[in-house]
Amino acid sequence: MRKADIACGLVLLLLGGLVLWGSLTLKIGWGLNGPEGGFFPFWLAVGLVICSGVTVLKAFFRGSSYTDRPFVRKGGWVPVVKVAVPAFGMVALTEAIGLYPAAAIYLAVYMRWIGRHRWITILLVSILLPVASYFLFDKWFLIPMPKGYWTVISGLY
Amino acid sequence: MVSYPNAKGILDRDQRTLLKERNYQMEAFGNLLMGFQIALSPYNLFIATVGIVLGTIIGVLPGLGGANGVAILLPITFVMPPTSAIILLSCIYWGALFGGAITSILFNIPGEPWSVATTFDGHPMAKQGRGGEALTAAFTSSFFGAAFAIILVTFFAPLIAEFSLKFGPPEFLGIQMLTFSAFVGLGGGSVPKTLASIFIGFIMAAVGLDIISGQLRLTFGTIELMRGFNFVVAVIGLFGIGEILLTVEEGLELKGIQAKVDWRTVTRTLRELLPYWRTFIRGAIIGSWMGIKPGGATPASFMSYGLAKKLSRNPEKFGNGAIEGVIAPETAAHAAGVSALLPMITLGIPGSPTAAVMLGGLMIWGLQPGPMLFKEKPEFVWGLIASMYTGNVIGVLIVLLFVPFFAAILRVPFAILFPSIVYVCAIGAFAVNNSTTDIWYMMLFGIVGYVFKKLDYPIAPMVLALVLGDMAESALRQSLIMSQGSPMIFFASPISAVLVIASILLVVWPFISSHLHRKRAV
Repeated sequence: MRKADIACGLVLLLLGGLVLWGSLTLKIGWGLNGPEGGFFPFWLAVGLVICSGVTVLKAFFRGSSYTDRPFVRKGGWVPVVKVAVPAFGMVALTEAIGLYPAAAIYLAVYMRWIGRHRWITILLVSILLPVASYFLFDKWFLIPMPKGYWTVISGLY
Repeated sequence: MVSYPNAKGILDRDQRTLLKERNYQMEAFGNLLMGFQIALSPYNLFIATVGIVLGTIIGVLPGLGGANGVAILLPITFVMPPTSAIILLSCIYWGALFGGAITSILFNIPGEPWSVATTFDGHPMAKQGRGGEALTAAFTSSFFGAAFAIILVTFFAPLIAEFSLKFGPPEFLGIQMLTFSAFVGLGGGSVPKTLASIFIGFIMAAVGLDIISGQLRLTFGTIELMRGFNFVVAVIGLFGIGEILLTVEEGLELKGIQAKVDWRTVTRTLRELLPYWRTFIRGAIIGSWMGIKPGGATPASFMSYGLAKKLSRNPEKFGNGAIEGVIAPETAAHAAGVSALLPMITLGIPGSPTAAVMLGGLMIWGLQPGPMLFKEKPEFVWGLIASMYTGNVIGVLIVLLFVPFFAAILRVPFAILFPSIVYVCAIGAFAVNNSTTDIWYMMLFGIVGYVFKKLDYPIAPMVLALVLGDMAESALRQSLIMSQGSPMIFFASPISAVLVIASILLVVWPFISSHLHRKRAV
C-alpha cells in the first residue's frame, strides 16, 4: 500500500510539473484583459504539486503507521486483468471493425473464457445484445455507433 | 405630523413588500400548478416511468450507480425537449436511490455508499425472513424522506434563486469555494489527497480551449487534447469501469435472499411503521439539511442511524434487524438525495456527483444553470420540481410491485453481467461526442478510478471540479478583472466575505480538530 501510495504520488507530482510547465508557456501574469490563460492552471498545478509532495513525504517517512494491507490482495489482480485486457481489446477492435461486432466477440470470449457458459447461451447473448442495441441506438435514437472499416469495405450499414 | 415624514412612508413600504410577497407566493403557486401540468402530461409520465425502471435497474447492478447511469443515458436526451430530458434523468436518479435499498437488504451489498447503513439492519431482517417487511419499510421511508425534502425544495428554491440573483462573480466563487472546502472539511478523508483530487479535476477542466482568451491550453501540441476532457466520459470511466474492476477483485459472490412483497405485508408493515414517526421526521430533517452540502447523503444516513440508535427505546435490537435501523438511514439518504438538487437548480452548484452530471446536461441542452433559470425557463424548473412529486409516487409503486423482478437481475451470471456493463459504458462514452477516442479515455479513467479508490483519493470532488471548472475559473477571472487584480474583492461584499471565510475555516477545521483530539488524549 505504501509503495503504491508513493508511486501514485510521484505520478501526480510529475503531472503537476507538466501542467506547471504548460501554463508557464501560456503566461501566468496580467494581460490586456485580466489574468492570462495560464493563470488559473498555474496555481492549480502549484496546489497539486504541494499536495502530492505531502502525500509522498508522509508515505515515505511514516511508513510504519501504514497497515500491512497490500495494494492488491494476493492473486487479486488476476480477475482484474482478466476483465481489463479483454475490455481494452474490445476498444481496439472497435476502431477496426466497429462497436457492434467487437462487442459480440468480446461478450463471447469473456463468457466462454471466464464464465464457461454453454455455447448456446454464448451465441444467444453475444448476438442478441449487440443487435438489440443496434436497433435501439442506430435506428431509434439515431446515434450511429462506430463502424470501423466496415463502411469502407461494404455498404453493410 | 411634520415630525413623522418617514413613518407613513415606511408603513407604505412595508405594505408594499407584504403585497409583493403575497403576489410572489401566488406566482409560485401558479408556477407549481403549471409545473404539474407539464409533469402530468402523458409523454412526461411515460418518460418518468421509463426513468424509474431504468434507474432502479441501474441502482441494482454493480458498477452502475446514479452518477454514471445518468451519464450513460445523457446522449439519448439530446433529442428530447429539455424538460422531458431532466425528468428522465432525475427519475433515473430516484430509481437508483430505490434500487440501492434492494441490493442492501437482499444481498447485503450497498449499491451506493449511502445505503451502507441500510445493510446493518436490513440484511439481518431479510435473513430472518422479514425481507418483505424490510423492503416495504425502506421504500416507505425513502418516499417519506423524499416527499419532505421536495416540499422544502418547492418552498425554498424560488426564495434562494431570488436572493442569489444579486450574486456577482465574487459571490459565486465564494459558493464554489464553500462547496469544495466542504469536501475537505467534512469528507473525513486525507486532506492532501482530497485537495489533490479537486486540483486534478480543475486542471482537467482547463485543458482545451480557454473560454476567455480563446487560446489552446495544456494540449502539449496534440489534437486529442484540444477538445478537453469530457466529464461524462470521466464519470462513466471513474464510477463505472473503476467500480467493476474493484468488484471483480473482491471476487464478489452474490447470495441473495428471496423476498416477496405482497399487499398484506405492505399494509401490515405500514401499520407497524406508524409508531416510528419521530424517526421518520428526524431522518428527513437530517437528510434535507446535510444534502444541501456536497457529499452529504452518506454522512446523513450514518448520522440518522446513529441518532435513531441513541434515542431508541431498545437500542440493543439495532444490528439484529430493528426496523428503525432501516427507516432512519433510508429517510435521511433519500431526503439528502433530493435536497442535493436544491443548490443545483438555484445556484448552479451540484450537491452530488449525480447532480453534477445533470448540471452538465443542462449546459449541453443550452440552458444556463443558476438563478436566472427561474426567470428565463420557469417551465423547466417547475416541471422538474413537479416531476419530483410524480416521479417519487411512481417510483414507490413500481419498486413495491416489481421487487422480485429487480432482485432477479442480480441472479444473472457475472460473466454475462460484467462484459454487458462494460459494453453499455462504451456506448455511453462514445455517444457523447461520437468519438472512439472517448472510449479509450473511458478505459483510462476506469483505471484511474480503480487506483484512486484503492488509495483513498475521493472521486466525487474530482468530478464536481471537472464539471464546475469553467464556471469557477471565469468567476475568478471576472472578479479579478472587476477589482483590477486585487484579491480583496472577495471580502468587499458581506456575502462573499462570509462565504470565503467559512470555506477557509472548513479547510482548516480538520487540523484544529485533530489538534484538539491529541490534546484531549494527552
